[in-house]
Amino acid sequence: MSVVTNTTTIGAIEAPSRRNTELALLGFAVAIPVFAYLNVGLAIDGKVPAGMLGYGLGLTLLAGVAHLVVRKWAPYSDPLLLPLAILLNGLGLVLIWRLDQSPRLIQLAKLQYGAFSPSAPNQMMYSAIGIAMFVGVLLILKDHRVLQRYTYISMAAALVLLLLPLVPGLGTDSFGAKIWIRIGGFSIQPGEFAKLVLAVFFSGYLMVKRDALALASRRFMGLYLPRGRDLGPILTIWAVSLLILVFENDLGTSLLFFGMFVIMLYVATERTSWIVMGLLMAIAGAVVVGSTASHVQSRVAAWLDPFECLKTAPPGTNMAYACDQMTQVLMSFGSGGILGTGLGQGNSDLIKFAANSDFIFATVGEELGLTGVMVFLLLYGLIIERGIRTALAARDPFGKLLAMGLSGAFALQIFVVAGGVMGLIPLTGMTMPFLAYGGSSVIANWALIGILIRISDTARRPAPSPAPNPDAEMTQVVRP
Amino acid sequence: MNKPLRRVAIFCGLLVLALLVRDNWLQFVRADELTAHPNNTRVRIERYANERGNIIVDGKPITGSVDSGGNYYKYKRTYVNGPMWAPVTGYASQVYDANFIEKIEDGILTGNDDRLFFDRTLAMFTGEKKKGGDVVLTLSGAAQKAAFEGLGDKTGAVVAIEPSTGKILALASTPSYDPSTIAGSNDEKAWVALNSSKSKPMQNRALREIYPPGSVFKVVTAAAALENGNVTDINKPTDTPEGWKIPLSTIPMKNHAQGCANASLNRALEISCNSVFAKLGDEIGVEKMNEMAEKFGFNAEQFVPVRSAASVFDKKAERGGNAQAAIGQFNTATTPLQMAMVTAAIANDGKLMKPYMIDELRAPNLDVIKKNEPEEMSRPVSPENAQLLQQMMENVVSEGTGGRADLKMDGVKVGGKTGTAQHGEKNSKRPYAWFISYAKTAEGSPVAVAVIVEDASGVSREDISGGGLAAPIARDVMKAVLKGQG
Repeated sequence: MSVVTNTTTIGAIEAPSRRNTELALLGFAVAIPVFAYLNVGLAIDGKVPAGMLGYGLGLTLLAGVAHLVVRKWAPYSDPLLLPLAILLNGLGLVLIWRLDQSPRLIQLAKLQYGAFSPSAPNQMMYSAIGIAMFVGVLLILKDHRVLQRYTYISMAAALVLLLLPLVPGLGTDSFGAKIWIRIGGFSIQPGEFAKLVLAVFFSGYLMVKRDALALASRRFMGLYLPRGRDLGPILTIWAVSLLILVFENDLGTSLLFFGMFVIMLYVATERTSWIVMGLLMAIAGAVVVGSTASHVQSRVAAWLDPFECLKTAPPGTNMAYACDQMTQVLMSFGSGGILGTGLGQGNSDLIKFAANSDFIFATVGEELGLTGVMVFLLLYGLIIERGIRTALAARDPFGKLLAMGLSGAFALQIFVVAGGVMGLIPLTGMTMPFLAYGGSSVIANWALIGILIRISDTARRPAPSPAPNPDAEMTQVVRP
Repeated sequence: MNKPLRRVAIFCGLLVLALLVRDNWLQFVRADELTAHPNNTRVRIERYANERGNIIVDGKPITGSVDSGGNYYKYKRTYVNGPMWAPVTGYASQVYDANFIEKIEDGILTGNDDRLFFDRTLAMFTGEKKKGGDVVLTLSGAAQKAAFEGLGDKTGAVVAIEPSTGKILALASTPSYDPSTIAGSNDEKAWVALNSSKSKPMQNRALREIYPPGSVFKVVTAAAALENGNVTDINKPTDTPEGWKIPLSTIPMKNHAQGCANASLNRALEISCNSVFAKLGDEIGVEKMNEMAEKFGFNAEQFVPVRSAASVFDKKAERGGNAQAAIGQFNTATTPLQMAMVTAAIANDGKLMKPYMIDELRAPNLDVIKKNEPEEMSRPVSPENAQLLQQMMENVVSEGTGGRADLKMDGVKVGGKTGTAQHGEKNSKRPYAWFISYAKTAEGSPVAVAVIVEDASGVSREDISGGGLAAPIARDVMKAVLKGQG
């Protein structure tokens, strides 16, 4: 690092607010999805889609409201986060709308549920609620340090959220993974919200305990090993993650929370030993559960060699199902090639189940090709990078930890989901933020962006000029 | 806390990088493999997404394409007179892939061939619907009909070739099946029934089955004898005693005909003397015999462009085996196509033309993309010797065992050869009835035919001879071709 680091966005002089940059970027973030919408309509029906005006206006409205709120209540915040989220959300809407047009999925829905209802209008509604959540976060949370007060309430809330799917009658089993609850007509994925609340808890807790965790340690084989009693928290989180893995059958969620904790622990204490311990514990847990839980086993088999597993698995079993799904997803990616088939012209609907949620990335792969997938991954990468940059710029440890925790969780989620659908790691039940169909995900991630924007606003805000000293005028130095 | 933050930032970058690398692996390195994977239904969806082009005979399509209204496979293949054309067209099924012409020219028929790129691009701008191109065949509807109806409910095959060009005029195989019955997506029952049927209706006997040729192979031996100078005068008696012993054994070569002792080559072919040809084969030797057989196309797969099985002449046979191979027994085995090629080469004065059945490929707008031109394959016999062979084969029809193939038309000479090949342990099964023949007018030979009738249940055993069963079919096919020309 050079001495003149401008990595922190704090400047001694009046920092530019960059709100106009954000507005210009928002213009692109709205225009690109609108063109994508037009593209889908032309490809499927050969004419300009009727809903295009409504869609464009809706997206413009959402982006506009969000922008005005940021301009007023978080004027110094990072200019990239909001446009990136709007772009991803808008493209997600287009992809969901495109899959709504698939005659195969319509026929399948009619066979399974007796009726088909399009998902795009719902997702539009969820996006609006998400933006409302974003606005709410910025309006209510004038300073992120307020959250510090709720450290232990957050812990309780996170545990409740995580364990809700296990409550009989409330949790629903969706193809093995129990990460959903059903209230009224709505399915909610509490894990998405737990992500936020847990980040708050970890930040508050680690900020207080970091010195004890970092300094009170013994040196062993070049590593600083923590004292036995300081191991308590990491063991607890590990146990909870394992419980999630065992009882909710979801590798993704447990990996996400445990990984987030280890990252934050490392950042708070600056001790590499925590990472080593965390990795060892994660591997031990994964091996134990992976060799016992049948649901995880079938996912692993589908990951290792789906085509082979499809031949050997007994038809009709969970394993055959998981393997078939994985082959369909892989073939969808493969058929896209470098440039893809073009929006509306692929056959990613062959994946059938969860084509517009868990596997929406396969539609990106097939219709937008390698190019499109790389663009999406880089967009996500940019969000992560801006989040970490916010953490670097933040002036208070709590803000640093919270921004890092949220960005780290976001990064892990992208890796777990995209890696899962692309066959890099076993498939899990989480969804791509902003892209996939699902209210919980969209709303929780908008809240996440809201918190990051709040922290970055605090971080980039110019230091208030010292209050004029009332004595200054009185004490004049009189020179002879 | 900034140092670990930077490290975590690098770690997150590595996560994204891993995803990028994995995506390149999937969508670039493995793209072709995954696109063409047998489990990938996209290939079939694409194949039936647009109206499929047609296979055309005599200017009329023998295939069709109907909108089945399915969500997966939009169009469905139909066939005009399916069973008759099945050995040529093959099938194109929404579930069970495709074969023969339907498979080989799939690119043209679906419109995805690179050669149609310009048409596709143009259609994109004019807004026309994408459509497949057509495949125009060399076959003759009349000849095919004569062959198919001649075979009737017997098991067998017919191949007819135009000797001067190599164009295949008829290619029939019975029992056959209607490819329409397995074209759709709910035809599992029919598919299973066809595949488990004992009569093997999906087997292409004209191209993919090899049979012992029996006496029809004697024309190859005769050709070798003339070419290698073992016989110079076809009417000069050969020095062959009745009961000539097979070399390396004590078993005499049995003749079914009378008067084979010291018969001339001409006479021996006319009445089909085993002893004369076995002895000639022995004199010529296995190497020269094999050389002649391979010049006619033996021991190699032929691509017309549908692949045919390789006919067999055993080049490693010892003397006894070779003597028997020379009369079409021992390990000698041939496809009906191969025997038609032998006949065509003789009828074409010794020049073997490469057999083919696709005349031209046409774009959807009827532009010709590719026109196949006749191609010489080899010259197994000299024109003089070919004429001697013709003379002898014409003798067979006018004087000998092939009388029933005679067309009795003015200005048309017919040459042929019968064959009755033994098969099964000790001749236990019903023999195969073979007949090869050609017709010749003043302008040259318009057609050469090979006919095999595999099993003729209900016909008394003595009647199963090439002359009785197969020759009339050959006659009808030749007649159909001549009528079509005249």
